[in-house]
Amino acid sequence: MVSLTINGRQHAIDAEPDTPLLFVLRDTLGLTGTKYGCGIGQCGACTVLLDSQATRSCQIPIESVGTQSVATIEAVEQDAVGRKVVAAWVALQVPQCGYCQSGQVMAATALLQQTPHPTEADIADAMTNLCRCGTYNAIAAAVRQAAA
Amino acid sequence: MDQFLTEARADAVTVVEPPARDGVPGASRRGFLAAAGSALVLSVALPGRSARAQAQGPAEGAGAIAPKPGTRVAAFLEIHPDGTVKLLSPFVEGGQGIATGMAQIVGEELDVPPARFVVDCAPPGPDYAVVNGLRMTGGSFSTRSSYAVMRRLGATARDMLIRAAAARLKVRESELTTRDGTVIHAATNRSLPYGDLAADALLLKPNEAVELRDPSTFRYIRQPVPRLDVHDKATGRAVYAIDQKLDGMLYAAVQHAPHLGTEPEALTNEAEIRAMPGVHSVHRLPGAVAVAADSWWRARKAVEALGVRWSAPKPSGLDTVAADFSSDGIVAALKASTDPGLPAEAVGDTAGAFAKAAKVIEADYEAPYLAHAQLEPPSALARFSEDGTLDLWLPNQMPELFQAIAAQVAGLQPAQVRIHSPMLGGFFGRHFAYGPGNPFPQAIRLAQATRRPVKVLWSREEEFRSDALRPLSYSRFRAALDAQGRPSAIEVRTVGEGPIGRYFGALFKNPVDSSAVEGIVEKPYAIPNRRMTFTKLAHPVTIAFWRSVGHSMNDAFYESFLDEIAQAGGQDPFALRQALLKDSPRHLALLAAVAEMSGGWRRGPYAAEGGMRARGLAMASPFGSETATIAEVSVEGGEARVHTLWIAFDPGSVVNPAIVRAQVESAAALGLSSVLFEQIVYRDGVRQAQNFDTYPILRREHMPAVHVRIVESGAPMGGVGEPGLPGVPPAVLNAIAALTGQRIRALPIANTKLSAA
Repeated sequence: MVSLTINGRQHAIDAEPDTPLLFVLRDTLGLTGTKYGCGIGQCGACTVLLDSQATRSCQIPIESVGTQSVATIEAVEQDAVGRKVVAAWVALQVPQCGYCQSGQVMAATALLQQTPHPTEADIADAMTNLCRCGTYNAIAAAVRQAAA
Repeated sequence: MDQFLTEARADAVTVVEPPARDGVPGASRRGFLAAAGSALVLSVALPGRSARAQAQGPAEGAGAIAPKPGTRVAAFLEIHPDGTVKLLSPFVEGGQGIATGMAQIVGEELDVPPARFVVDCAPPGPDYAVVNGLRMTGGSFSTRSSYAVMRRLGATARDMLIRAAAARLKVRESELTTRDGTVIHAATNRSLPYGDLAADALLLKPNEAVELRDPSTFRYIRQPVPRLDVHDKATGRAVYAIDQKLDGMLYAAVQHAPHLGTEPEALTNEAEIRAMPGVHSVHRLPGAVAVAADSWWRARKAVEALGVRWSAPKPSGLDTVAADFSSDGIVAALKASTDPGLPAEAVGDTAGAFAKAAKVIEADYEAPYLAHAQLEPPSALARFSEDGTLDLWLPNQMPELFQAIAAQVAGLQPAQVRIHSPMLGGFFGRHFAYGPGNPFPQAIRLAQATRRPVKVLWSREEEFRSDALRPLSYSRFRAALDAQGRPSAIEVRTVGEGPIGRYFGALFKNPVDSSAVEGIVEKPYAIPNRRMTFTKLAHPVTIAFWRSVGHSMNDAFYESFLDEIAQAGGQDPFALRQALLKDSPRHLALLAAVAEMSGGWRRGPYAAEGGMRARGLAMASPFGSETATIAEVSVEGGEARVHTLWIAFDPGSVVNPAIVRAQVESAAALGLSSVLFEQIVYRDGVRQAQNFDTYPILRREHMPAVHVRIVESGAPMGGVGEPGLPGVPPAVLNAIAALTGQRIRALPIANTKLSAA
């Protein structure tokens, strides 16, 4: 059993300790808003917050989570910054297919929690998730709007 | 792809001939084409080989009972007491915004705000065959093919609601109006919400002739109505195929044969694998092995630890990739072909023009295999019920086709298969039926073997191994120039194969594969003598539709070569295009628009922001729309850097300008990604790319500013989802040539080290 704190709730997880957090979220706990895209930390579709740090959950074995709190996209609107990010995503109509957007929103939320007024370089450093629909310009605009 | 609007009709048996529609010529003049539907299913399900043996099989007699598609209100609309409207859409949403577009079109005539709509992809059924008698989401057909039908559907439903209200209120229909989902009797200040009338209304016989709204009074069509799915997608609530879950479901992971066409002969450590945590069972499948387990991670670990002895690769054939097959090898084979091929376009006296030419130029162009690389890895969930029927949740763009194939795999009749079509995590042409390129047959077989619901999910690595690919392509161009440097003739020899020929050949019967030559034939340029040929040379790999299909490489070839013609003739590329289009106001207007957007045409090179830049121009005529594109490029560290794209886009007319802009920008990003980086390379019969680290796609740092101007010429409505793509690769290639003098004729650009400007 591995104990995890996810969106403020404790869970006892019966899985091998090397299981990536992503698959515990999706398949064990049914939190399917976090997406599997590549499994090698390239695409960022699986981004969650580990103690407020944007983290690619496909690269995090559950044994390494420890006491860090996990926040997923399902809880994003419980956070004031997350609400602003989602509002900007809706206002600027960012998503197309939407599959990468959970990860994009979580990456943006982490950025703005830590750096409420990011520079363009800050945005470039933080927003590295892949989007096959090419919504990158809309994503950057939404980050700027959420920061304003 | 545009064959769907032309040849499909000529080839089919017309069952119902509805009256002429307003607005969209050709799109809906024919009724439900039962014969075409079944021919299509068969030709697609059984590419080429055993189609005839199966020809008496499924879908017989459907025409006798088929409704006229798009007319039965109850098949499309549920009006709920709370005022919301559920629309069962013929189309699947994959990011292109079609769900919102359908809500706008139906809502406009029904008089219900689009925001009150919930839109789901409809199950299989003849009511939804609104794409010229067929059902598919693709070819950038959805809006243009169904616009008139869906407007009429909304108007028909509104008329039924008004008649139900007239009976209820005991007034004449002419005294009633509607507003935002309510029928109003102004004289007595009474009103009835649609939700209260829906049950009565659906009992009425639809009126054949209903009046459509005057477009000058439109409130939703032509407006940037917000998309219906954006909040769900920004909060993780949107549900894709990969997210489906059922009680008692097993998760399955697969390992595909390293060489397409080989089979698992022996498993070397099966007992060990069965003993791994959570493992339910180990399976051999056609061309693959699978493990079913209580979680996908456990299934994946187990299947990747499974030792498999595969059969030896056979020589290359259809769906058989030999041990020595390579991308280099097939390029060489395409170039070496001496088959003269078939004429794809022949105008004037090309030989005579070449004989009289002051100058002749020629060039070979080639483009690689491409993966779709949509972010959602493919999955499928299969469940058999106790009565033997099958439910399938799967990404797809043609529900009836998948139903027919699934029925064959499962040994059922199509009517015993229920297809559920969730939202797609990326479209791009990935979700057509591609034989070994789809996981659903594996899910069906595993559900049969385990007697449990099974969800098969391909890892990203298995997806790169088994995705169907945009065909590697090759064309040889020749041009004759007269003494004034003007092109007097152009000749193009295309050798290869396209997805229309492979998957729809039996339906269209045209030996010239339109998807192999589109973008090379039917150009608007007034070059008096033209001869294009197509020589078929089949690929052993599974080939695919890929956003903008043949245009995705052919416009890059043609528009690059047109710049080579300009250079050889000492002409400016913009001026040459203007001259060749002087009798086409629509194209001239687009050229003028893109020039104005970009601050006036200038090719460069010129100094900007501490470096040198140049611009390239390209035009394209894909999917019934027209584009003119300018790219601004610099070279940094031997690599191309695209700073800005200006795209003037004329789809005739639009339903949602915000969605159109987003689609054009999205298509442009994919076109840029493909021309800069993308290639699936075969070596020793094996694909070299395995994941996004070895198949780079466009990242944020490579995304240019994109400026889109919509030009509504009023021409017949064209497509939107794909046409933004084809102009981008050649505009970038032409800019690189302007900047560096390097003419790149083998894609992607990343294979060439660029010289500093």
